[in-house]
Amino acid sequence: MQRTLLDKLWDAHEIHRRDDGVSLLWVDRHLVHEGSHHAFAKIAERGLPVAEPGLTFGVADHYAPTRGKPATSAIARMIDTLSKNTRQHGIECFGLDDPRRGIVHVIGPEQGLTLPGLLINCGDSHTSTHGAFGALAFGIGATEVAHVLATQTIWQTKPKSLKMTVTGDFGPGIGAKDLALHWISELGADGARGHAIEYSGPAVRGLSMEARMTLCNLSIEGGARFGMIAPDETTYSYIKGRRYAPSGADWDEAINAWRALPSDAGARYDREVTIDASEIAPVVTWGTSPEDALPVTSTVPTLEALAPKQAERFRSTLDYMGLRPGQPLEQVAIDEIFIGSCTNARIEDLRAAAAVLSGRQARVPGIVAPGSQGIKRQAEEEGLDRIFKDAGLEWVGAGCSMCVAMNGDHVEPGRRCASTTNRNFRGRQGPGARTHLMSPAMVAAAAVTGHLTDVRPLLDGRSAA
Amino acid sequence: MTGWSTHEGIAIAFDRESVDTDQLIPARFMSTPRSEGYGDFLLHDMRYDGEGRPRPEFPLNRHPEVSVLVTRRNFGSGSSREAAVYALVDFGIRAVIAPSFGDIFASNAVNNGLLPARVDADTVDALIGALGEGEMDALIDLATSTLKIGESTLPFDLDPVWREKLIEGWDDIDLTLKYRNEIASFRRTIEEEAHWRLPAGAG
Ligand code: SF4
Repeated sequence: MQRTLLDKLWDAHEIHRRDDGVSLLWVDRHLVHEGSHHAFAKIAERGLPVAEPGLTFGVADHYAPTRGKPATSAIARMIDTLSKNTRQHGIECFGLDDPRRGIVHVIGPEQGLTLPGLLINCGDSHTSTHGAFGALAFGIGATEVAHVLATQTIWQTKPKSLKMTVTGDFGPGIGAKDLALHWISELGADGARGHAIEYSGPAVRGLSMEARMTLCNLSIEGGARFGMIAPDETTYSYIKGRRYAPSGADWDEAINAWRALPSDAGARYDREVTIDASEIAPVVTWGTSPEDALPVTSTVPTLEALAPKQAERFRSTLDYMGLRPGQPLEQVAIDEIFIGSCTNARIEDLRAAAAVLSGRQARVPGIVAPGSQGIKRQAEEEGLDRIFKDAGLEWVGAGCSMCVAMNGDHVEPGRRCASTTNRNFRGRQGPGARTHLMSPAMVAAAAVTGHLTDVRPLLDGRSAA
Repeated sequence: MTGWSTHEGIAIAFDRESVDTDQLIPARFMSTPRSEGYGDFLLHDMRYDGEGRPRPEFPLNRHPEVSVLVTRRNFGSGSSREAAVYALVDFGIRAVIAPSFGDIFASNAVNNGLLPARVDADTVDALIGALGEGEMDALIDLATSTLKIGESTLPFDLDPVWREKLIEGWDDIDLTLKYRNEIASFRRTIEEEAHWRLPAGAG
């Protein structure tokens, strides 16, 4: 039987399958963060130890301050609780003082904790990011986090498989973020519900690891259970030499195992979708769901096509967003920008934004929060920080920051933010905040003009990085 | 978690699409210990105005006794925060009826005794129309996967595994520890045959 990447990963982790079809899976890496406090409380209540502290890693990111000290005592307490819980159970923690710290889905790969062929869990929905390496990676809730802490296993029903083949070439200034928002707008925010997506095709093979991570990261915004890309030479050369990656004989064994992971020729998928990369324009969101996405050159939808009930919901979205039906998207003025998050705060993302901002002024304020302290140092070595600062933007420390507004960084009510993050939900960046999602290059373009802008003309005579 | 097999309560319509978990519980409340109760945080920024006063027209404020929510597609999408389920449960919600749910939300719901019942979009549309701004008696029977709202009885979709779990009130950890030996031998196989899977320098 020809097997898909999903089949192979599943088989390599299945400890037991019940008669009802639910599998008990081995968890190779478990990443915990400040929000995991409920789960630690659950195992404490039952007096259970952490089964595999050596396979568990803690990260301070959601509440990590980006400027100086924690903003409130409640925030400081969240970070403290993580330190206490990890110390008590002998779990290595990338805490506030650790120079390696950063957003959990950025530092997992950066430290070589994320590898092809592993099962990776974290109490965070964007765990799908790690699937970019050909890993089975998915977010879980607190009850499940407690279960993984106590047993290093998880019960799962195997999702259906969806193969998304991307053909053609991306236009200049267009990439993984545009692709992701594009397919989510086509299939819907629940379009891939219950499915594991395997991204494939020449356009995906041509993506860097950073871009692959952006693509897999956003799988959850289309409702997918996992997003995955089979490993290849790009994957191996990214991993080699990283702190927790295998070396010596282990490396050779790993490479052998990884080469066997790609789906067999002729393997069957439950669903297949094909996308032509050359047809994708720079995409922005206009509404409060990631599926509300359109090419920046188009207009806010109009009411005509909608049933009365839908029209009512549509009006409430536009009311929240402060937009008019039919308004050209390029005329939407913004108040601020944010470059950051596990979706788009890796070195390539910062380079892409800097390529647009270099030698230009931002018309609106904004902050740039690198995905990790390591990326921060690298960007500073490359002089990217200067470009951002010279443009008038704030260059801050690593963390989730304004992606989720837990650490005190937030957008004020009614203000409009062009953002490289993953969720334009109501209130996500702060109560009443209006979020437009787009790529780092597009955010940089919006910063330069003060409104939503097609980045392509701004790249004339420059390389898109 | 204690199991349940039938529930009698009050249903209302919550006529929205894609109610994500950031709306169900805004992130700023999530540092609160569960013991303090999460019910007040449920849909907080819709339920209360900027000054913290309840909006009188908001469905949950008009019907504080509600236990069954009928709502539209993609309920509970987004963040994996189980706190969204805590907020629903602590408010008194026992079941949510919708055409589709976020996968992680649905599994969190079942782990906390909250029923995520799937009903097709047309039926939900009719139910929301019939409920309007009012409330109706609701009766849920897990064993038969049926739901009675007002005079209409209809089936709902629920993974049979989840139905069992809701009825039995299973605790997964207890269940899993029965497989202790299989888990230990799986662990040994990794160490012996796929050592690269362990973090380098960590064993
Ligand atoms: S950056 Fe945003 S989406 Fe990513 S882990 Fe942090 S809060 Fe979640």
